[in-house]
Amino acid sequence: MARTATMAPAAKRSRVRPGPIVNRVLLYVIAASLVCLLMGPFLWTIASSLKDTKEIAQFPPILFPERARFENYAEVFRMVPMWSFIRNTVQVSVLAVFAQVISATLVAYGFSRFRFPGRDLLFMVLISTLILPREVLLIPSFLLFKYLGMINTLTPLWAPSLFGGAFYVFLLRQFFFTLPRDLDEAAKIDGANSLQILWQVLMPLCQPAMATVAIFSFLSHWNEYLEALIYLSSKENFTLAVGLRFFQQIPNDAQEPRDQLLMAAALIMTAPVLLLFFTAQRYFIRGIVMSGIKG
Amino acid sequence: MVSPSRTMSVHAKARRGGLRRREAIEGFLFISPWLVGFLVLNLGPMLYSLYLSLTRYTIVRDPVFIGIQNYIDALTKDRLFLVALEKTGYYAVVTVVVGLTGSLFLALLLDQNLFATDILRTFFFLPSLTPIVASVFLWGWILHPNIGVLNYLLRQIGVSGPGWLTSPEWAMPALFIIALWGSIGGGRMVIFIAGLQGIPRELYEAAHIDGANIWARFRHVTIPLLTPTILFNVILGLISALSVFAIAHVGTRGGPVNATYFYVLHIYNKGFADSEMGYAAALAWIFFVIIVVFTGFQFWLQRHRVHYEGGLR
Repeated sequence: MARTATMAPAAKRSRVRPGPIVNRVLLYVIAASLVCLLMGPFLWTIASSLKDTKEIAQFPPILFPERARFENYAEVFRMVPMWSFIRNTVQVSVLAVFAQVISATLVAYGFSRFRFPGRDLLFMVLISTLILPREVLLIPSFLLFKYLGMINTLTPLWAPSLFGGAFYVFLLRQFFFTLPRDLDEAAKIDGANSLQILWQVLMPLCQPAMATVAIFSFLSHWNEYLEALIYLSSKENFTLAVGLRFFQQIPNDAQEPRDQLLMAAALIMTAPVLLLFFTAQRYFIRGIVMSGIKG
Repeated sequence: MVSPSRTMSVHAKARRGGLRRREAIEGFLFISPWLVGFLVLNLGPMLYSLYLSLTRYTIVRDPVFIGIQNYIDALTKDRLFLVALEKTGYYAVVTVVVGLTGSLFLALLLDQNLFATDILRTFFFLPSLTPIVASVFLWGWILHPNIGVLNYLLRQIGVSGPGWLTSPEWAMPALFIIALWGSIGGGRMVIFIAGLQGIPRELYEAAHIDGANIWARFRHVTIPLLTPTILFNVILGLISALSVFAIAHVGTRGGPVNATYFYVLHIYNKGFADSEMGYAAALAWIFFVIIVVFTGFQFWLQRHRVHYEGGLR
């Protein structure tokens, strides 16, 4: 895509002239029903998570419980080591974010500001690894970490972030290209070395792009399922993704419905992601848009 | 006698050469994290798994070289291999085609200057943030065969709802619903919005003056100018759909009766349940080749069919 596209809401244009009122009304009806379809399951889940064991199994189903049972959430923490799941997930995600942001920034800086033999070829290689699904590397990666004695530790889940990550390098490199080289030159004349230029001149300017990288990296590690499944074998090390499945698989001896607890657990896992979205919405959108514009 | 200016230029050249080398060394140092990662976490493992794919390796004993036997077994003996390919292909085609059409539709809707577009966009986007495990929980409950709310609603309009995740015929459609709910308003929609905003509105006006109706404008202005965006979404969408795993592993475990037995589930089962690492490596390599061929085909298609603004074709 040669042209750049922005999502600036200010740049709204009146492309479609207000057609017949009927058409506008129809559009709103469609939009409203889509909102119901997409948000309905959320609301249903929240309502379900607050029901008691009778209400959850009641048929025909009721939307609102007689009393919102917030103690369901406490019950989840009693039934499974939820704190430990959360701690592990936070640990993986936070370590991964720091590793990713630092390494991807260094690599993107190298690719965008230095000339060296083979640079463009290497960047092509980097881009082509974007289409390589990690699933292809499942077996050898597992054997590598097994050889390193890291099975059933959290390391295999975050340590690969130390090596940049093709997608994040790509995003940051795009961003570096938008920063004028005069800045580097001016700092160089003042006697700054290349690390100082990066640290003192460029990094403050590319914070939005770094925030985007941080968010995407956080999300993908927070949600990661397959890798957590193969690397983690004991309950103490589970992240939320595999911990929730573990919860689902616990034999239901009490014979009492516990779907309300599963819903609560699902919402506990989702809440931080939503929180992050609402605090950093523009970085989300910008990052996605940047990824859609090929260099 | 060498003229002073000439001496200087030699010096300057030497210094420039030194600077250039220094720049190259620094550049390599900065990209070294990725370079090391590429060698140790991508290229090395790929080659190692190519070797493994030519062996019988069950972890407890050393790999035994057996040539291309694993590949022959996969293509001729392994019934589940074909099942997995078929289910994965079906899943990928439906979720990519329906999903992208849906995402484009939502993006077009958000491009109409409706009231409170930002809020609408947020509502459309939120489901895509739900972690897969959580969304399978959430939908598993909605799709419950007996006391699920969807079958209740269906009964209200006189339809007896199917067993969804527990039914061999309906498990796949159930996964479609879960996957589409979690993706149509997500990143792909946002990329489409950006693509739509990049279309110069003069083109619409010109088409309008020429008497093109809304469908003609969509067909002859929007779609051609959006092809790069569409291609980008198709390539990434296809790769992620072909790698589908978590949704089936949590939702159906590949069942019932292998109705949702996807390819990565097969790799996982062979490698980690049956400990046939060599065979699983062969399966992964076949998967890799399929992805490369598909992507290569799409890039070829791009050269022939995609319209780039400013390019004369």
